[in-house]
Amino acid sequence: MLEIRIHGRGGQGNVVAAYLLASAVIDGGRYAQAFPAFGAERRGAPVAAFVRIDEKPIRRRCQVREPAFLIVQDPALMDVPETLSGLRARGTVLVDGAALEIDGSGANEILTMPATHLAMEHIGRPVPNTALLAAFITLTQLMPLSALIDALAERFKGPILEKNQRLVEAAAETVEAGRWREVAHAAGA
Amino acid sequence: MPLALEGSQALARAIALCRPQVVAAYPITPQTHIVEGIAKLVADGQLDCEMVSVESEHSAASVALGAAVAGSRAYTASASQGILLMAEVLFDIAGLRVPLVMTCANRALSGPLNIWNDQQDSMAMRDSGWIQLYCATNQEAIDTTVQAFRIAERCELPVMVCVDGFTLTHTLEPLELPSQEQVDAFLPPYFFRHGLHPDEPRSLGTLVGPEHFSEVRHAHHHALLRAQDEIVQADADWSDVVGRQYGGLLEVRGNPDATLGILTLGSVLGTLEDAMEENPDLPQARFIKLRSFRPFPAQALREACAGLEHLIVLERALSPGYGGIVGPEVQAVLAGQPSPPRIHNVAAGLGGRDLSLDLYARLVHLIDSGGEPEPFRIIDADPSLLPEEDR
Repeated sequence: MLEIRIHGRGGQGNVVAAYLLASAVIDGGRYAQAFPAFGAERRGAPVAAFVRIDEKPIRRRCQVREPAFLIVQDPALMDVPETLSGLRARGTVLVDGAALEIDGSGANEILTMPATHLAMEHIGRPVPNTALLAAFITLTQLMPLSALIDALAERFKGPILEKNQRLVEAAAETVEAGRWREVAHAAGA
Repeated sequence: MPLALEGSQALARAIALCRPQVVAAYPITPQTHIVEGIAKLVADGQLDCEMVSVESEHSAASVALGAAVAGSRAYTASASQGILLMAEVLFDIAGLRVPLVMTCANRALSGPLNIWNDQQDSMAMRDSGWIQLYCATNQEAIDTTVQAFRIAERCELPVMVCVDGFTLTHTLEPLELPSQEQVDAFLPPYFFRHGLHPDEPRSLGTLVGPEHFSEVRHAHHHALLRAQDEIVQADADWSDVVGRQYGGLLEVRGNPDATLGILTLGSVLGTLEDAMEENPDLPQARFIKLRSFRPFPAQALREACAGLEHLIVLERALSPGYGGIVGPEVQAVLAGQPSPPRIHNVAAGLGGRDLSLDLYARLVHLIDSGGEPEPFRIIDADPSLLPEEDR
Protein backbone atom coordinates (compact mmCIF):
# COMPACT_ATOMS: atom_id res chain seq x y z
CA MET A 1 0.00 0.00 0.00
CA LEU A 2 1.33 3.39 -1.01
CA GLU A 3 0.64 6.24 1.40
CA ILE A 4 0.91 9.96 0.63
CA ARG A 5 0.36 12.94 2.89
CA ILE A 6 -0.42 16.38 1.51
CA HIS A 7 0.32 19.44 3.62
CA GLY A 8 -0.92 22.92 2.97
CA ARG A 9 -2.98 25.73 4.35
CA GLY A 10 -6.75 25.93 4.50
CA GLY A 11 -7.97 27.28 1.16
CA GLN A 12 -5.10 25.89 -0.92
CA GLY A 13 -7.09 22.92 -2.15
CA ASN A 14 -5.42 20.19 -0.12
CA VAL A 15 -8.46 17.96 0.02
CA VAL A 16 -9.17 18.62 -3.64
CA ALA A 17 -5.62 17.53 -4.45
CA ALA A 18 -6.06 14.33 -2.44
CA TYR A 19 -9.44 13.65 -4.08
CA LEU A 20 -8.04 14.30 -7.58
CA LEU A 21 -5.15 11.92 -7.06
CA ALA A 22 -7.35 9.16 -5.64
CA SER A 23 -9.97 9.68 -8.36
CA ALA A 24 -7.34 9.30 -11.05
CA VAL A 25 -6.23 6.00 -9.48
CA ILE A 26 -9.78 4.68 -9.05
CA ASP A 27 -10.77 5.63 -12.61
CA GLY A 28 -7.77 3.58 -13.74
CA GLY A 29 -9.25 0.49 -12.06
CA ARG A 30 -7.14 0.39 -8.89
CA TYR A 31 -8.11 1.13 -5.31
CA ALA A 32 -7.54 4.40 -3.50
CA GLN A 33 -8.79 6.32 -0.53
CA ALA A 34 -8.49 10.05 0.13
CA PHE A 35 -9.55 11.99 3.20
CA PRO A 36 -8.68 15.14 5.10
CA ALA A 37 -6.86 15.26 8.40
CA PHE A 38 -9.55 16.39 10.71
CA GLY A 39 -8.07 19.74 11.67
CA ALA A 40 -9.63 23.14 12.01
CA GLU A 41 -11.38 24.20 8.81
CA ARG A 42 -9.98 27.73 8.65
CA ARG A 43 -8.42 29.55 5.73
CA GLY A 44 -4.67 29.81 6.28
CA ALA A 45 -4.43 27.23 9.07
CA PRO A 46 -2.00 24.34 8.48
CA VAL A 47 -3.99 21.36 7.21
CA ALA A 48 -3.23 17.92 5.82
CA ALA A 49 -4.91 15.33 3.63
CA PHE A 50 -4.11 11.67 3.02
CA VAL A 51 -4.11 9.35 0.03
CA ARG A 52 -3.73 5.56 0.03
CA ILE A 53 -3.25 3.54 -3.15
CA ASP A 54 -3.40 -0.24 -3.36
CA GLU A 55 -4.10 -3.15 -5.68
CA LYS A 56 -6.82 -4.47 -3.33
CA PRO A 57 -9.69 -2.84 -1.42
CA ILE A 58 -8.52 -0.57 1.42
CA ARG A 59 -10.09 -1.36 4.78
CA ARG A 60 -8.19 0.77 7.30
CA ARG A 61 -9.41 4.29 8.05
CA CYS A 62 -6.72 5.56 10.40
CA GLN A 63 -4.61 8.59 9.52
CA VAL A 64 -1.40 8.12 7.54
CA ARG A 65 1.47 8.19 10.01
CA GLU A 66 4.36 6.88 7.88
CA PRO A 67 3.93 8.21 4.36
CA ALA A 68 6.27 7.32 1.51
CA PHE A 69 5.67 10.71 -0.07
CA LEU A 70 4.90 14.20 1.12
CA ILE A 71 3.44 16.90 -1.07
CA VAL A 72 3.86 20.31 0.56
CA GLN A 73 1.93 23.24 -0.88
CA ASP A 74 3.56 25.97 1.20
CA PRO A 75 7.36 25.95 1.68
CA ALA A 76 6.97 27.68 5.07
CA LEU A 77 5.37 24.46 6.33
CA MET A 78 8.72 22.69 5.94
CA ASP A 79 9.71 24.49 9.17
CA VAL A 80 6.78 22.96 11.06
CA PRO A 81 8.04 19.74 12.70
CA GLU A 82 4.76 17.86 12.04
CA THR A 83 5.24 18.17 8.29
CA LEU A 84 8.13 15.70 8.03
CA SER A 85 6.87 13.50 10.87
CA GLY A 86 6.89 9.78 10.08
CA LEU A 87 8.29 10.11 6.54
CA ARG A 88 9.67 6.72 5.53
CA ALA A 89 13.42 6.06 5.32
CA ARG A 90 13.65 6.50 1.53
CA GLY A 91 10.56 8.68 1.24
CA THR A 92 10.65 11.87 -0.79
CA VAL A 93 9.16 15.34 -0.52
CA LEU A 94 7.71 17.51 -3.27
CA VAL A 95 7.45 21.19 -2.29
CA ASP A 96 6.19 24.31 -3.94
CA GLY A 97 8.88 26.99 -4.15
CA ALA A 98 10.53 29.72 -6.18
CA ALA A 99 12.40 27.56 -8.68
CA LEU A 100 13.34 23.99 -9.48
CA GLU A 101 15.80 22.72 -6.89
CA ILE A 102 16.76 19.24 -5.68
CA ASP A 103 18.18 18.77 -2.20
CA GLY A 104 19.48 15.24 -1.80
CA SER A 105 21.82 16.03 1.07
CA GLY A 106 19.65 14.43 3.75
CA ALA A 107 18.19 10.93 3.99
CA ASN A 108 15.13 12.08 2.07
CA GLU A 109 15.25 13.83 -1.28
CA ILE A 110 13.41 17.15 -1.29
CA LEU A 111 12.40 18.42 -4.69
CA THR A 112 11.21 22.00 -4.96
CA MET A 113 9.33 23.21 -8.03
CA PRO A 114 7.62 26.50 -8.94
CA ALA A 115 4.04 25.22 -8.74
CA THR A 116 2.41 28.49 -7.66
CA HIS A 117 4.37 30.36 -10.31
CA LEU A 118 3.14 27.97 -12.99
CA ALA A 119 -0.43 28.20 -11.68
CA MET A 120 -0.31 32.02 -11.86
CA GLU A 121 1.02 31.81 -15.41
CA HIS A 122 -1.60 29.35 -16.69
CA ILE A 123 -4.74 29.85 -14.63
CA GLY A 124 -4.05 33.19 -12.99
CA ARG A 125 -4.60 31.95 -9.45
CA PRO A 126 -1.97 31.12 -6.79
CA VAL A 127 -3.15 27.53 -6.30
CA PRO A 128 -0.24 25.09 -6.50
CA ASN A 129 -2.14 21.81 -6.12
CA THR A 130 -2.69 20.78 -9.73
CA ALA A 131 0.89 21.58 -10.79
CA LEU A 132 2.26 19.62 -7.83
CA LEU A 133 0.08 16.63 -8.69
CA ALA A 134 1.24 16.71 -12.32
CA ALA A 135 4.85 16.76 -11.18
CA PHE A 136 4.22 14.02 -8.62
CA ILE A 137 2.64 11.71 -11.19
CA THR A 138 5.51 12.40 -13.60
CA LEU A 139 8.14 11.70 -10.94
CA THR A 140 6.53 8.49 -9.69
CA GLN A 141 4.92 7.31 -12.94
CA LEU A 142 2.04 6.04 -10.78
CA MET A 143 -0.30 6.55 -13.72
CA PRO A 144 -0.34 8.27 -17.10
CA LEU A 145 -0.68 12.05 -16.94
CA SER A 146 -3.91 11.71 -18.92
CA ALA A 147 -5.51 10.13 -15.82
CA LEU A 148 -5.07 13.42 -13.97
CA ILE A 149 -6.52 15.37 -16.88
CA ASP A 150 -9.51 13.00 -16.94
CA ALA A 151 -10.00 13.54 -13.21
CA LEU A 152 -9.82 17.31 -13.72
CA ALA A 153 -12.43 16.98 -16.48
CA GLU A 154 -14.87 15.64 -13.88
CA ARG A 155 -14.57 18.94 -12.00
CA PHE A 156 -13.90 21.57 -14.69
CA LYS A 157 -15.21 22.31 -18.14
CA GLY A 158 -14.43 24.53 -21.15
CA PRO A 159 -11.70 27.17 -20.98
CA ILE A 160 -10.90 26.45 -17.30
CA LEU A 161 -10.29 22.80 -18.08
CA GLU A 162 -8.10 23.75 -21.06
CA LYS A 163 -6.01 26.07 -18.88
CA ASN A 164 -5.61 23.34 -16.27
CA GLN A 165 -4.60 20.91 -18.98
CA ARG A 166 -1.85 23.26 -20.17
CA LEU A 167 -0.78 23.73 -16.54
CA VAL A 168 -0.51 19.96 -16.10
CA GLU A 169 1.63 19.64 -19.21
CA ALA A 170 3.90 22.54 -18.24
CA ALA A 171 4.35 21.26 -14.68
CA ALA A 172 5.16 17.75 -15.89
CA GLU A 173 7.92 19.14 -18.11
CA THR A 174 9.73 20.71 -15.17
CA VAL A 175 10.63 17.41 -13.52
CA GLU A 176 12.44 14.22 -14.53
CA ALA A 177 9.99 11.49 -15.51
CA GLY A 178 10.37 8.34 -13.40
CA ARG A 179 12.88 9.86 -10.95
CA TRP A 180 10.86 8.49 -7.97
CA ARG A 181 9.56 5.35 -9.68
CA GLU A 182 11.73 3.06 -7.53
CA VAL A 183 10.63 4.77 -4.31
CA ALA A 184 6.99 4.32 -5.33
CA HIS A 185 7.61 0.71 -6.28
CA ALA A 186 9.39 -0.11 -3.02
CA ALA A 187 6.77 1.63 -0.87
CA GLY A 188 3.85 0.05 -2.70
CA ALA A 189 5.25 -3.48 -2.57
CA MET B 1 -17.48 -0.02 -12.53
CA PRO B 2 -17.18 1.73 -9.18
CA LEU B 3 -17.13 5.53 -9.10
CA ALA B 4 -14.63 7.68 -7.23
CA LEU B 5 -16.96 9.45 -4.81
CA GLU B 6 -16.77 11.20 -1.49
CA GLY B 7 -18.97 9.36 1.01
CA SER B 8 -21.33 12.33 1.37
CA GLN B 9 -21.70 12.80 -2.40
CA ALA B 10 -22.43 9.10 -2.82
CA LEU B 11 -25.02 9.26 -0.04
CA ALA B 12 -26.69 12.28 -1.63
CA ARG B 13 -27.02 10.33 -4.87
CA ALA B 14 -28.24 7.21 -3.05
CA ILE B 15 -30.91 9.26 -1.28
CA ALA B 16 -31.96 10.81 -4.59
CA LEU B 17 -32.33 7.31 -6.06
CA CYS B 18 -34.86 6.61 -3.28
CA ARG B 19 -37.02 9.42 -4.72
CA PRO B 20 -37.75 11.41 -1.55
CA GLN B 21 -40.53 13.92 -2.17
CA VAL B 22 -39.53 16.27 0.65
CA VAL B 23 -36.06 16.86 2.08
CA ALA B 24 -35.69 19.38 4.90
CA ALA B 25 -32.31 20.08 6.43
CA TYR B 26 -30.11 22.62 8.12
CA PRO B 27 -26.37 22.33 7.39
CA ILE B 28 -23.99 21.22 10.11
CA THR B 29 -20.49 19.75 9.91
CA PRO B 30 -19.93 16.91 9.02
CA GLN B 31 -23.41 16.39 7.51
CA THR B 32 -23.23 19.44 5.20
CA HIS B 33 -21.97 17.79 2.02
CA ILE B 34 -24.85 15.32 2.07
CA VAL B 35 -27.59 17.94 2.03
CA GLU B 36 -25.61 20.24 -0.27
CA GLY B 37 -25.39 17.31 -2.68
CA ILE B 38 -29.14 16.70 -2.52
CA ALA B 39 -29.85 20.44 -2.94
CA LYS B 40 -27.68 20.50 -6.06
CA LEU B 41 -29.44 17.48 -7.56
CA VAL B 42 -32.77 19.26 -6.99
CA ALA B 43 -31.47 22.57 -8.38
CA ASP B 44 -30.05 20.82 -11.45
CA GLY B 45 -33.41 19.20 -12.12
CA GLN B 46 -32.10 15.68 -11.52
CA LEU B 47 -34.34 15.07 -8.51
CA ASP B 48 -38.01 16.02 -8.36
CA CYS B 49 -38.25 16.91 -4.69
CA GLU B 50 -39.26 19.77 -2.45
CA MET B 51 -35.98 20.83 -0.84
CA VAL B 52 -36.82 22.94 2.20
CA SER B 53 -34.08 25.12 3.66
CA VAL B 54 -35.07 25.79 7.23
CA GLU B 55 -33.72 28.02 9.98
CA SER B 56 -32.86 25.28 12.47
CA GLU B 57 -32.68 21.54 12.94
CA HIS B 58 -35.83 21.68 15.04
CA SER B 59 -37.62 22.96 11.97
CA ALA B 60 -35.88 20.47 9.68
CA ALA B 61 -37.24 17.55 11.67
CA SER B 62 -40.63 19.24 11.98
CA VAL B 63 -40.91 19.78 8.22
CA ALA B 64 -39.88 16.19 7.56
CA LEU B 65 -42.45 15.02 10.09
CA GLY B 66 -45.21 17.11 8.55
CA ALA B 67 -44.30 16.01 5.04
CA ALA B 68 -44.28 12.33 6.00
CA VAL B 69 -47.62 12.65 7.74
CA ALA B 70 -49.00 14.31 4.60
CA GLY B 71 -47.98 11.21 2.71
CA SER B 72 -44.58 12.14 1.30
CA ARG B 73 -41.44 10.07 1.39
CA ALA B 74 -39.39 12.38 3.59
CA TYR B 75 -35.74 12.64 4.59
CA THR B 76 -33.52 14.74 6.79
CA ALA B 77 -29.94 14.63 8.04
CA SER B 78 -28.00 16.14 10.88
CA ALA B 79 -25.25 15.61 13.44
CA SER B 80 -24.19 16.49 16.93
CA GLN B 81 -25.79 19.72 18.22
CA GLY B 82 -28.26 19.51 15.35
CA ILE B 83 -29.47 16.12 16.61
CA LEU B 84 -29.86 17.61 20.07
CA LEU B 85 -31.87 20.53 18.75
CA MET B 86 -34.05 18.03 16.86
CA ALA B 87 -34.46 15.82 19.90
CA GLU B 88 -37.95 16.98 20.82
CA VAL B 89 -39.20 16.31 17.30
CA LEU B 90 -37.32 13.02 16.93
CA PHE B 91 -39.23 11.60 19.90
CA ASP B 92 -42.46 12.89 18.31
CA ILE B 93 -41.69 11.26 14.97
CA ALA B 94 -41.03 7.90 16.58
CA GLY B 95 -43.87 8.09 19.09
CA LEU B 96 -46.33 8.90 16.29
CA ARG B 97 -44.90 5.97 14.29
CA VAL B 98 -44.08 8.13 11.28
CA PRO B 99 -41.94 6.47 8.63
CA LEU B 100 -39.03 8.63 7.57
CA VAL B 101 -35.29 8.26 7.17
CA MET B 102 -32.49 10.43 8.45
CA THR B 103 -28.74 10.24 8.25
CA CYS B 104 -26.75 11.01 11.38
CA ALA B 105 -23.22 12.01 10.34
CA ASN B 106 -21.88 10.96 13.73
CA ARG B 107 -20.05 13.69 15.63
CA ALA B 108 -19.11 14.46 19.23
CA LEU B 109 -21.36 16.61 21.40
CA SER B 110 -20.43 19.90 23.04
CA GLY B 111 -18.96 20.96 25.40
CA PRO B 112 -16.20 21.52 24.89
CA LEU B 113 -16.95 22.25 21.25
CA ASN B 114 -15.69 19.50 18.98
CA ILE B 115 -16.68 18.93 15.36
CA TRP B 116 -15.06 15.52 14.94
CA ASN B 117 -16.28 11.96 14.96
CA ASP B 118 -17.60 9.87 17.76
CA GLN B 119 -21.09 8.45 18.33
CA GLN B 120 -22.27 10.36 21.36
CA ASP B 121 -24.95 12.16 19.29
CA SER B 122 -26.88 9.14 18.05
CA MET B 123 -26.33 7.36 21.37
CA ALA B 124 -28.02 10.32 23.07
CA MET B 125 -31.10 9.41 20.99
CA ARG B 126 -31.00 5.77 22.10
CA ASP B 127 -34.38 5.93 23.80
CA SER B 128 -36.12 8.08 21.18
CA GLY B 129 -37.78 5.04 19.64
CA TRP B 130 -36.01 5.28 16.28
CA ILE B 131 -34.43 2.32 14.58
CA GLN B 132 -30.67 2.93 14.59
CA LEU B 133 -28.43 1.23 12.03
CA TYR B 134 -24.64 1.77 12.20
CA CYS B 135 -22.53 1.53 9.04
CA ALA B 136 -18.96 0.25 8.85
CA THR B 137 -18.21 1.51 5.34
CA ASN B 138 -19.50 4.03 2.83
CA GLN B 139 -20.74 1.20 0.63
CA GLU B 140 -22.73 -0.10 3.58
CA ALA B 141 -24.07 3.42 4.17
CA ILE B 142 -25.32 3.62 0.56
CA ASP B 143 -26.97 0.21 0.67
CA THR B 144 -28.35 0.73 4.19
CA THR B 145 -29.94 4.02 3.14
CA VAL B 146 -31.94 2.27 0.43
CA GLN B 147 -32.90 -0.50 2.86
CA ALA B 148 -33.82 2.09 5.51
CA PHE B 149 -36.70 3.54 3.46
CA ARG B 150 -38.23 0.08 3.03
CA ILE B 151 -37.75 -0.78 6.71
CA ALA B 152 -39.28 2.55 7.77
CA GLU B 153 -42.27 2.21 5.48
CA ARG B 154 -43.01 -1.42 6.27
CA CYS B 155 -42.57 -1.04 10.05
CA GLU B 156 -44.09 2.45 10.29
CA LEU B 157 -41.04 3.52 12.27
CA PRO B 158 -38.36 6.11 11.57
CA VAL B 159 -34.85 4.91 10.76
CA MET B 160 -31.63 6.72 11.64
CA VAL B 161 -28.70 5.63 9.48
CA CYS B 162 -25.55 6.34 11.50
CA VAL B 163 -22.48 7.15 9.42
CA ASP B 164 -19.22 8.15 11.09
CA GLY B 165 -18.58 11.83 10.38
CA PHE B 166 -15.41 12.63 8.39
CA THR B 167 -14.09 9.06 8.65
CA LEU B 168 -16.81 8.03 6.21
CA THR B 169 -18.58 11.22 5.10
CA HIS B 170 -15.40 12.96 3.95
CA THR B 171 -13.55 9.96 2.51
CA LEU B 172 -13.36 9.54 -1.25
CA GLU B 173 -13.12 5.92 -2.38
CA PRO B 174 -14.48 3.58 -5.06
CA LEU B 175 -18.21 3.14 -4.50
CA GLU B 176 -21.00 1.34 -6.33
CA LEU B 177 -24.31 3.11 -6.76
CA PRO B 178 -27.37 1.05 -7.61
CA SER B 179 -29.35 1.87 -10.74
CA GLN B 180 -32.62 3.79 -10.60
CA GLU B 181 -34.43 0.67 -11.85
CA GLN B 182 -33.00 -1.43 -9.02
CA VAL B 183 -34.05 1.08 -6.38
CA ASP B 184 -37.50 1.64 -7.95
CA ALA B 185 -38.20 -2.10 -7.89
CA PHE B 186 -37.10 -2.32 -4.25
CA LEU B 187 -38.90 0.84 -3.13
CA PRO B 188 -42.27 1.16 -4.85
CA PRO B 189 -44.26 4.36 -4.28
CA TYR B 190 -45.45 4.46 -0.69
CA PHE B 191 -48.86 5.10 0.80
CA PHE B 192 -48.86 5.94 4.52
CA ARG B 193 -52.11 4.49 5.80
CA HIS B 194 -52.09 6.72 8.89
CA GLY B 195 -51.33 9.83 6.88
CA LEU B 196 -53.52 12.92 6.83
CA HIS B 197 -55.73 13.65 3.87
CA PRO B 198 -58.46 16.32 3.41
CA ASP B 199 -60.86 13.69 2.04
CA GLU B 200 -60.75 11.85 5.35
CA PRO B 201 -60.14 14.47 8.03
CA ARG B 202 -58.60 13.34 11.30
CA SER B 203 -55.96 14.38 13.83
CA LEU B 204 -52.59 12.92 14.64
CA GLY B 205 -50.55 13.50 17.76
CA THR B 206 -53.28 14.93 19.92
CA LEU B 207 -53.44 14.56 23.67
CA VAL B 208 -53.38 10.94 24.86
CA GLY B 209 -54.39 10.47 28.48
CA PRO B 210 -53.41 7.89 31.04
CA GLU B 211 -56.14 5.55 29.78
CA HIS B 212 -54.27 4.94 26.50
CA PHE B 213 -50.68 6.16 26.82
CA SER B 214 -49.23 2.91 28.14
CA GLU B 215 -50.76 0.97 25.26
CA VAL B 216 -49.19 3.41 22.79
CA ARG B 217 -45.79 2.80 24.38
CA HIS B 218 -46.37 -0.97 24.46
CA ALA B 219 -47.21 -0.99 20.76
CA HIS B 220 -44.18 1.15 19.92
CA HIS B 221 -41.79 -1.06 21.89
CA HIS B 222 -43.09 -4.21 20.26
CA ALA B 223 -43.04 -2.62 16.81
CA LEU B 224 -39.32 -1.96 17.32
CA LEU B 225 -38.70 -5.52 18.49
CA ARG B 226 -40.59 -6.87 15.48
CA ALA B 227 -38.59 -4.60 13.17
CA GLN B 228 -35.66 -7.03 13.56
CA ASP B 229 -37.29 -9.34 11.00
CA GLU B 230 -37.75 -6.50 8.54
CA ILE B 231 -34.13 -5.34 8.96
CA VAL B 232 -32.90 -8.86 8.21
CA GLN B 233 -35.29 -9.23 5.28
CA ALA B 234 -34.40 -5.86 3.74
CA ASP B 235 -30.69 -6.73 3.87
CA ALA B 236 -31.32 -10.16 2.33
CA ASP B 237 -33.62 -8.86 -0.40
CA TRP B 238 -31.35 -5.94 -1.29
CA SER B 239 -28.44 -8.36 -1.48
CA ASP B 240 -30.40 -10.31 -4.10
CA VAL B 241 -30.44 -7.09 -6.15
CA VAL B 242 -26.89 -5.78 -5.71
CA GLY B 243 -24.97 -8.77 -4.34
CA ARG B 244 -23.84 -7.02 -1.17
CA GLN B 245 -25.00 -8.08 2.29
CA TYR B 246 -24.17 -6.70 5.73
CA GLY B 247 -25.41 -9.37 8.12
CA GLY B 248 -28.86 -7.94 8.84
CA LEU B 249 -28.76 -7.13 12.56
CA LEU B 250 -25.07 -7.87 13.03
CA GLU B 251 -22.23 -9.50 11.18
CA VAL B 252 -19.59 -11.90 12.47
CA ARG B 253 -16.21 -11.33 10.82
CA GLY B 254 -12.56 -12.02 11.56
CA ASN B 255 -11.84 -15.50 12.92
CA PRO B 256 -15.21 -17.13 13.74
CA ASP B 257 -13.45 -19.81 15.84
CA ALA B 258 -11.64 -17.32 18.08
CA THR B 259 -12.58 -17.30 21.76
CA LEU B 260 -11.83 -13.57 21.99
CA GLY B 261 -14.53 -11.33 20.57
CA ILE B 262 -14.44 -7.63 19.75
CA LEU B 263 -17.76 -5.86 19.26
CA THR B 264 -17.75 -2.58 17.34
CA LEU B 265 -20.21 -0.12 15.84
CA GLY B 266 -19.30 1.90 12.78
CA SER B 267 -16.18 2.44 10.75
CA VAL B 268 -13.41 1.30 13.12
CA LEU B 269 -13.86 -2.31 12.01
CA GLY B 270 -11.69 -2.15 8.88
CA THR B 271 -8.74 -0.74 10.81
CA LEU B 272 -9.00 -3.54 13.38
CA GLU B 273 -9.26 -6.15 10.61
CA ASP B 274 -6.09 -4.85 8.96
CA ALA B 275 -4.28 -4.70 12.31
CA MET B 276 -5.17 -8.31 13.11
CA GLU B 277 -3.90 -9.44 9.71
CA GLU B 278 -0.64 -7.50 10.11
CA ASN B 279 0.05 -8.88 13.60
CA PRO B 280 -0.07 -12.69 13.34
CA ASP B 281 1.73 -12.94 16.71
CA LEU B 282 -1.29 -11.42 18.48
CA PRO B 283 -4.35 -13.47 19.45
CA GLN B 284 -7.00 -13.60 16.74
CA ALA B 285 -10.42 -12.12 17.30
CA ARG B 286 -13.96 -12.80 16.22
CA PHE B 287 -15.33 -9.40 15.23
CA ILE B 288 -18.97 -8.69 15.89
CA LYS B 289 -20.12 -5.72 13.86
CA LEU B 290 -23.27 -4.48 15.56
CA ARG B 291 -25.39 -2.99 12.80
CA SER B 292 -28.75 -2.65 14.53
CA PHE B 293 -28.40 -0.98 17.93
CA ARG B 294 -32.15 -0.26 18.12
CA PRO B 295 -33.82 -2.68 18.01
CA PHE B 296 -31.19 -4.39 20.14
CA PRO B 297 -30.68 -7.87 18.65
CA ALA B 298 -30.58 -9.95 21.84
CA GLN B 299 -30.97 -13.37 20.25
CA ALA B 300 -28.62 -12.69 17.33
CA LEU B 301 -26.01 -11.46 19.83
CA ARG B 302 -26.33 -14.57 21.97
CA GLU B 303 -25.72 -16.71 18.87
CA ALA B 304 -22.82 -14.56 17.66
CA CYS B 305 -21.13 -14.74 21.08
CA ALA B 306 -21.46 -18.50 21.55
CA GLY B 307 -18.13 -20.04 22.54
CA LEU B 308 -16.46 -16.72 23.41
CA GLU B 309 -14.40 -16.55 26.61
CA HIS B 310 -13.84 -12.81 26.42
CA LEU B 311 -15.77 -10.09 24.65
CA ILE B 312 -14.35 -6.58 24.32
CA VAL B 313 -17.08 -4.04 23.65
CA LEU B 314 -15.48 -1.01 22.00
CA GLU B 315 -17.61 2.10 22.13
CA ARG B 316 -17.39 5.53 20.56
CA ALA B 317 -19.41 7.18 23.34
CA LEU B 318 -19.98 6.83 27.06
CA SER B 319 -22.46 7.37 29.84
CA PRO B 320 -20.51 9.54 32.29
CA GLY B 321 -21.00 8.39 35.85
CA TYR B 322 -21.76 4.86 34.73
CA GLY B 323 -19.42 3.79 31.93
CA GLY B 324 -20.28 2.24 28.61
CA ILE B 325 -23.65 2.37 26.85
CA VAL B 326 -23.56 -0.68 24.59
CA GLY B 327 -21.39 -2.82 26.90
CA PRO B 328 -23.88 -3.11 29.76
CA GLU B 329 -26.67 -3.99 27.30
CA VAL B 330 -24.53 -6.73 25.76
CA GLN B 331 -23.69 -8.02 29.22
CA ALA B 332 -27.37 -8.06 30.15
CA VAL B 333 -28.49 -10.11 27.16
CA LEU B 334 -25.63 -12.62 27.63
CA ALA B 335 -26.23 -13.03 31.36
CA GLY B 336 -27.83 -16.36 32.08
CA GLN B 337 -26.33 -17.97 28.99
CA PRO B 338 -24.26 -21.09 29.67
CA SER B 339 -20.69 -19.81 30.37
CA PRO B 340 -21.10 -16.28 28.99
CA PRO B 341 -17.94 -14.38 27.98
CA ARG B 342 -16.35 -11.89 30.34
CA ILE B 343 -17.19 -8.43 29.10
CA HIS B 344 -14.38 -5.84 28.84
CA ASN B 345 -15.94 -2.46 28.12
CA VAL B 346 -13.89 0.44 26.75
CA ALA B 347 -14.36 3.59 24.69
CA ALA B 348 -11.88 5.01 22.18
CA GLY B 349 -11.69 7.57 19.42
CA LEU B 350 -13.73 10.24 21.18
CA GLY B 351 -13.98 13.65 19.52
CA GLY B 352 -12.06 12.44 16.47
CA ARG B 353 -8.99 10.98 18.19
CA ASP B 354 -7.36 8.80 15.55
CA LEU B 355 -8.13 5.10 15.84
CA SER B 356 -4.76 3.80 14.70
CA LEU B 357 -3.60 0.28 13.84
CA ASP B 358 -2.08 -0.21 17.31
CA LEU B 359 -5.57 -0.07 18.82
CA TYR B 360 -5.92 -3.80 18.10
CA ALA B 361 -2.92 -4.71 20.27
CA ARG B 362 -4.19 -2.46 23.07
CA LEU B 363 -7.57 -4.19 22.95
CA VAL B 364 -6.32 -7.77 22.92
CA HIS B 365 -3.93 -7.01 25.81
CA LEU B 366 -6.96 -6.20 27.96
CA ILE B 367 -7.33 -9.93 28.59
CA ASP B 368 -3.67 -10.46 29.57
CA SER B 369 -3.92 -9.94 33.31
CA GLY B 370 -5.80 -13.14 34.03
CA GLY B 371 -8.80 -11.85 32.19
CA GLU B 372 -10.68 -10.23 35.05
CA PRO B 373 -12.44 -7.27 33.47
CA GLU B 374 -11.22 -3.84 34.57
CA PRO B 375 -13.77 -1.11 35.18
CA PHE B 376 -14.88 0.75 32.04
CA ARG B 377 -12.32 3.22 30.79
CA ILE B 378 -11.44 5.41 27.81
CA ILE B 379 -8.59 3.27 26.54
CA ASP B 380 -6.79 5.98 24.54
CA ALA B 381 -7.06 8.74 27.15
CA ASP B 382 -3.82 9.84 28.80
CA PRO B 383 -4.68 10.71 32.43
CA SER B 384 -1.11 11.93 33.01
CA LEU B 385 -2.06 15.06 31.05
CA LEU B 386 -4.59 15.92 33.73
CA PRO B 387 -4.10 17.57 37.10
CA GLU B 388 -3.64 15.04 39.89
CA GLU B 389 -7.18 15.37 41.20
CA ASP B 390 -8.74 14.60 37.78
CA ARG B 391 -6.82 11.40 37.03
